[in-house]
Amino acid sequence: MIKFIIKGLLRDKHRSRLPLIVVAIGVMLTVLLTTWITGVLGDSINLNAKLSTGHVKVITRAYRDNMDQIPVDLSLSGAQELLSNLKKDYPSASWVERIQFGGLLDLPDEKGETKSQGPFAGFAVDLFNPDSGEAERLNLSKILVKGKLPSVAGEILVSHSFSEKLGININDNVTFIGSTMYGGMTIVNFTVSGTIRYGIAALDRGSVIMDLSDAKKALDMEDACNEILGFTSVDYYDDIKATELMTSFNDKNTSGNDQFTPVMIRLRDQNELGGLIDLMSGVVGIISFVFILVLSVVLWNAGLVGGLRRYGEVGLRLAMGEEKGHIYRSMIAESLAIGFAGSVIGITIGLLLSYWMQQKGLDFSGAMQNATMLLPGIFRTRITPEAWYIGFIPGIFATLLGTMLSGIGIYRRQTARLFKELQLQ
Amino acid sequence: MRTYIYLIIFLLTTPLFSQPSGKEILNLIDKNMTANTRIMTAKMIINGVRGSRTIEFKTWAEGEDRAFTEYMNPAREKGTKMLKLEDKLWIFSPSTDRIIQITGQMLRQSVMGSDLSYEDMMEDPDLTSHYSASVVASDTVQGRNCWVLQLNALAEGEAYEVRKIWVDQERYIPLREELYGKSGKLLKRTQLSEVTRIQGRWFPMKIVFKDMLKAGDGTQFIIVTIKLDEAIPENTFSKASLK
Repeated sequence: MIKFIIKGLLRDKHRSRLPLIVVAIGVMLTVLLTTWITGVLGDSINLNAKLSTGHVKVITRAYRDNMDQIPVDLSLSGAQELLSNLKKDYPSASWVERIQFGGLLDLPDEKGETKSQGPFAGFAVDLFNPDSGEAERLNLSKILVKGKLPSVAGEILVSHSFSEKLGININDNVTFIGSTMYGGMTIVNFTVSGTIRYGIAALDRGSVIMDLSDAKKALDMEDACNEILGFTSVDYYDDIKATELMTSFNDKNTSGNDQFTPVMIRLRDQNELGGLIDLMSGVVGIISFVFILVLSVVLWNAGLVGGLRRYGEVGLRLAMGEEKGHIYRSMIAESLAIGFAGSVIGITIGLLLSYWMQQKGLDFSGAMQNATMLLPGIFRTRITPEAWYIGFIPGIFATLLGTMLSGIGIYRRQTARLFKELQLQ
Repeated sequence: MRTYIYLIIFLLTTPLFSQPSGKEILNLIDKNMTANTRIMTAKMIINGVRGSRTIEFKTWAEGEDRAFTEYMNPAREKGTKMLKLEDKLWIFSPSTDRIIQITGQMLRQSVMGSDLSYEDMMEDPDLTSHYSASVVASDTVQGRNCWVLQLNALAEGEAYEVRKIWVDQERYIPLREELYGKSGKLLKRTQLSEVTRIQGRWFPMKIVFKDMLKAGDGTQFIIVTIKLDEAIPENTFSKASLK
């Protein structure tokens, strides 16, 4: 039966060409759109994870409540013990200490007085310990524009456009002015070892990266840090794993109402990323639904046109005694074959285009000069395992629905009038 | 009968006429609080979220435009000096051997983690030339009768657009103050106490500042010694004295 239907479709190309093209185009667009949105949103989420949020983050309760101010005075104390406990209790994740802080960077003139200065966002990461993997995680060697990565205490990286704005050169001495964990003023000299460009407007405007040990000394945070970041896997954020981890940790740390009690939060709880994650998981369903709807209408019409063209054929089959239900079912089987073939073609083209865009990317950095969110400058598609099969959903369902709607006409044919109709033809 | 009516009207209106105007009250406050020069040693007890810290310092100030402060305690801040000349502020840090100018948004940051900003420290104590005032109510603070004054900034750019102050009706010293931003939000609250007679004028020796946007229990600013209208060497207010 299937062989018979496929033969029919191959021999009578008028019956299959238009629906095949429509399905292939629709499926291709579905795949492309899915990989595009997954890529853009996924990159934003990954970027946030690596730079700021981790997949999970351990902070104090008070810090959580004021997180947008990045309050250094509400940091975790006893960080080393907490870190080793996390490593022991949750060995599947990697854990790193981070300090985010703000301050003023001041460039002196030859007399040692202020020549230029500007505010910055500071990130202290474990640069000097190669096992931490922080330099790789932040892709520092790739985003280095001038100079070298810090290799000894007292060296820092400055974002390139910030260095140009202040007139800072490599090996210049600059002064950091900020507040310690205990609220005191801190003024410390550093040497600029290199400049970096993230391609993220919010960070390129003014940011500094230094080793954790330097920040701890400058901010009077001997055994403290304001965040411990956990990464559950190398490449992507897994909301289920992160939620399990968070629940387990927070259940263990419920005792006391101390504002400095550590608490774990997920990536989705920070920087309004929850909305992005929900959008990303819902987007495949939304795209499939829209394409099923659009393709069904198109294929319904194609089916109606085909139905008119095959009016005689259907009439003859009815006249010969074939049951209406059998004809209807055979047409549905035909549509399934078309849907399958169209989906395969559409998925193939869609994946090829997605792969090309995954490699090349589209540069939107110029349009995001004033962006305040952490967004990548170059948008890329991402081919996920889902992209290999997602196209079949609109491809097959739409052809099925279109044929089912247009095929209803078969049941309206009156057997008594068939011979008269056929005589006319 | 007519005599009684006049007497009643006189008695009823006397308090109205005896109440000084807002401007007169501000003038009297300024007479108490401002001096040609001030030399004081003071301490700030900062009650932050991680406990209390005490910072000791000595300040030399001349008029509204010149001030020099040297921090003496704790060890981490010892030797740090600040110089204010008109609207400019420089900080010298001995550990870096640098003189750093503080400008712009940084002036709104906290001084040494306290509830005072650099702007608060640099602020001109002369209220009359910066604010218009009207008496809005009477109240009792620390057991003393007070006028409640609402002060509105005369020009744009003041750190606090509106102030509400409770002024001692006898000594003309503010005992409580609420400082509001341009949006009408309450930014800081101060409580002035230990009002002492110094060189023929009343002066509050203790001020508790509370930054309403900051956690913690506020900062106590305690004047240990104060000398008014004493000569200060000219070179005190130069950048050379910072190092």
